[in-house]
Amino acid sequence: MITKTVTNAAEAVKDVVSDSVLMFGGFGLCGIPENCIQALLQKDLTGLTCISNNAGVDDFGIGLMLKKRMVKKMISSYVGENAEFERQLLSGELEVDLIPQGTLAERIRAGGAGIPAFFTPAGVGTEVADGKEIREFDGKIYLMEKGLRADFAFVKAWKGDTAGNLIFKGTARNFNPMMATAGKITIAEVEELVPAGQLDPNHIHTPGIYVQRIFQGVDYEKRIEQRTVSKG
Amino acid sequence: MLDKTQIAKRIAREVKNGQYINLGIGIPTLVANYIPENLEVVLQSENGLLGIGPFPTEDKIDPDLINAGKQTITMVKGSALFNSADSFAMIRGGHVHLTILGAMEVSENGDISNWKIPGKMVKGMGGAMDLVASAENIIVAMQHCSKDGQSKLLKECSLPITGIKCVKKIVTDLAVLDVLPEGGFKLLERAPGVTVEEIVSKTEGRLLVEGEIPEMVFD
Repeated sequence: MITKTVTNAAEAVKDVVSDSVLMFGGFGLCGIPENCIQALLQKDLTGLTCISNNAGVDDFGIGLMLKKRMVKKMISSYVGENAEFERQLLSGELEVDLIPQGTLAERIRAGGAGIPAFFTPAGVGTEVADGKEIREFDGKIYLMEKGLRADFAFVKAWKGDTAGNLIFKGTARNFNPMMATAGKITIAEVEELVPAGQLDPNHIHTPGIYVQRIFQGVDYEKRIEQRTVSKG
Repeated sequence: MLDKTQIAKRIAREVKNGQYINLGIGIPTLVANYIPENLEVVLQSENGLLGIGPFPTEDKIDPDLINAGKQTITMVKGSALFNSADSFAMIRGGHVHLTILGAMEVSENGDISNWKIPGKMVKGMGGAMDLVASAENIIVAMQHCSKDGQSKLLKECSLPITGIKCVKKIVTDLAVLDVLPEGGFKLLERAPGVTVEEIVSKTEGRLLVEGEIPEMVFD
């Protein structure tokens, strides 16, 4: 069998260099690759382009990479809740490409699936359409969006096996499965890593073909942004 | 005048049995509390869930289960989980019947602005542009006027557009209005204690008033 297992996050990210294009799974702080982000923070990297639905918060997730000035450009759909992000954006230190969330998801899916571009109605008549090809199909207007790929995709799953197969939990799935397909090198960190054969093939969300490296993460914080409870 | 809860209650009356519905952040989220119990509907969260349940009790909190506002939630019986590309396939593909969202401005031809205020912080559009570009029915919850009294129901939006010709119905603190297919707002109902004259004076866009306009009744 092809060996994909690495011992930890530091080994998984060892060949990430400055100016790389990186994808990070997650929605808000839900389902983010916490271990890989921590390992990247230990490296001396600059000029990174980060593709992620959000940009973390000031003291967690990608927010920590922004604070350390590792990021040149963010490609995201929503970047609220981050004061350092706001400061760098307004001062011109950080470049930001804001993309409708469904378009971002589909651009990554398309990139991983070998589809160079597609047409979507999202953003027609808005500043998102600036400079893009517009076409009419069956009386409705669409704009062209291109597929996205990355040098490295960092994804977080609930369970994985040594063949790289992944199973996600709850809404922590979000962008992770598409990003797994769109990385030249996809690195999966999982809460539980088991030998190949122990996960039911019927339940696999991401087949191992998309995953080049896998390891069992440690010390998951899983920080909650909006802790809302009912009295029951 | 309607408060936020009453706006949510009024919008809940628009919900029909069997609908799949996406609720935006803010007042739209409150609508879930007032959907009549005899209706069966499914709430979609664009981060990857069909079948949003109530907020969890303290012992049931799961950091791996949140809604699009990043709030901890639960799932109802019959829920399904999926990835973000599938989620927006449901939205773009027209499978979600009703989208309820907030707005900063709506124009008389149904354009909506709700994602950006130039010069202030730009947070991003999230899923709003995908939702308004594709939903077959869009209801907007908003205040009729800004804090300094300027109408937010305009001839043309002054803020950056989120989507064009998409809003079908608006519920404000003052009124319920349709956006006509040929353009223009049509006054349908007024809030308790609010006169037609007040609504006319606070609506900048073209407003059609036909016959007697009923006053909304709340239990």
